[in-house]
Amino acid sequence: MNDSLNSTMVPTPFRVQRVRRETHDTFTLELRPPDGSRTLPFAPGQFNMLYMFGVGEVPISISGDPSHPERIVHTTRVVGTVTRAMHTLKPSDSLGVRGPFGTPWPVEKAYGSDIMIIAGGIGLAPLRPAVYQILSQREKFGKVVILSGTRTPADILFRKEMEQWRSRFDVDLFTTVDRAMSGWKGNVGVVTTLISRAPVDPQNSVAMVCGPEVMMRFTVMELQKRGIGGDRIYVSMERNMKCGLGLCGHCQYGPTFVCKDGPVYPFNRIKDYFAIREI
Amino acid sequence: MENLEQLLEHHPFFKGLEPKHIKLVAGCGSNVKFEAGEFLFKEGEEANAFFILRRGKIAVEAFAAERGSIIIDTLNDGDILGWSWLIPPYNWHFDAKAVELTRAVALDARCLRTKCEEDHDLGYELLKRFAQIIEDRLQATRIQLLDLYSVSS
Ligand SMILES: Cc1cc2nc3c(=O)[nH]c(=O)nc-3n(C[C@H](O)[C@H](O)[C@H](O)COP(=O)(O)OP(=O)(O)OC[C@H]3O[C@@H](n4cnc5c(N)ncnc54)[C@H](O)[C@@H]3O)c2cc1C
Ligand code: FES
Repeated sequence: MNDSLNSTMVPTPFRVQRVRRETHDTFTLELRPPDGSRTLPFAPGQFNMLYMFGVGEVPISISGDPSHPERIVHTTRVVGTVTRAMHTLKPSDSLGVRGPFGTPWPVEKAYGSDIMIIAGGIGLAPLRPAVYQILSQREKFGKVVILSGTRTPADILFRKEMEQWRSRFDVDLFTTVDRAMSGWKGNVGVVTTLISRAPVDPQNSVAMVCGPEVMMRFTVMELQKRGIGGDRIYVSMERNMKCGLGLCGHCQYGPTFVCKDGPVYPFNRIKDYFAIREI
Repeated sequence: MENLEQLLEHHPFFKGLEPKHIKLVAGCGSNVKFEAGEFLFKEGEEANAFFILRRGKIAVEAFAAERGSIIIDTLNDGDILGWSWLIPPYNWHFDAKAVELTRAVALDARCLRTKCEEDHDLGYELLKRFAQIIEDRLQATRIQLLDLYSVSS
């Protein structure tokens, strides 16, 4: 089934199994293939094209556990026409799926290194599969540090899981919000301020960064200030997409196509385009 | 003051400061403790100290009549709190409140200002370090103003 799903322009209808409201504007869908016995293996960082019949199609990263390919999980923030329509889906409704597409987070390449997972807002969703995979083979990595920033405490995603990760002795998890009212017990300040205190060895660290582009720009600067080289910093880029197959050119980013050469890039590969506004 | 001198010597903020200057600064210091909810200072009060946080968490807050107290920033272990003691008229611009039990070193502002006037090398070294902190916080505030996670960003 994998070939037929990621090499075609025709979406396969999946059934919504479960809907979870994460925050006021973000929700998670768990999808099952029409033929329940099939699976959709994916690597952390990859995305699917999700088609709301009669409305439109959008690229959404897979936010579930790669060791459970029978459950296709997507976490989406409502921003416009298609995501607003997706927000109305209920269990047993249908949604078209093509994928998985794109390049993965370099989990295996990072064996033996300290790991920094840095997420801004909805950026935690595409990183969650990497966290699952890293924690399922925890002994293969040095320190594992997760830094997550959101706008307010009400926007924090995956709260329960974050608490589980925080309570592990082999994970350092720091969260921060950009604004909070008095009485909030957590950190306030942008996510970049957490980088200087992350307990990693910069010479032997791999950073995986996902969030709005401007957040990633400042994050990369801060990581480089700490001595982490651009070949060890990975970012996930977003561009509008149509085909998802490297054919239409919609997602062009410099000389690359985000759907095929990305979305996950080593920073060094795209550093010349990263700060250029028109690209 | 042996312990305090050692503590300052090993703190990144004072890295590279000459031992005689460390001694002068330590002479203005004392260990302090704040219970959760206790204010270190309030907006408008005289800025008579700055703090090196040893352990705990401090919220820097601003009060807006229509919204209540808003946390602007939080500071944790190792952070430096307060530079209003350096700039006339030496008044705090925000409130600072302990979020949890916090231990810190308080450096007395009058004592330090007098020593900086007497020893301009010390004054310059401290100013350089505070300029870095002010720059870091200004950058962080600018990024905060970009409202990174709004839909249009
Ligand atoms: C590889 C890839 C992976 C992605 N993974 C996820 C994911 O896991 N979860 C998720 O929620 N989104 C993800 N996105 C973004 C998602 O594809 C867009 O939010 C979606 O296409 C918007 O479609 P729409 O029709 O709802 O909004 P549109 O009607 O196309 O846009 C409405 C307005 O919303 C704003 N907008 C559009 N996209 C974004 C955006 N990404 N961020 C902020 N504002 C935006 C623009 O101002 C736009 O004018 C991913 C994008 C890519 C390229
Ligand atoms: S979406 Fe068509 S080339 Fe990438």
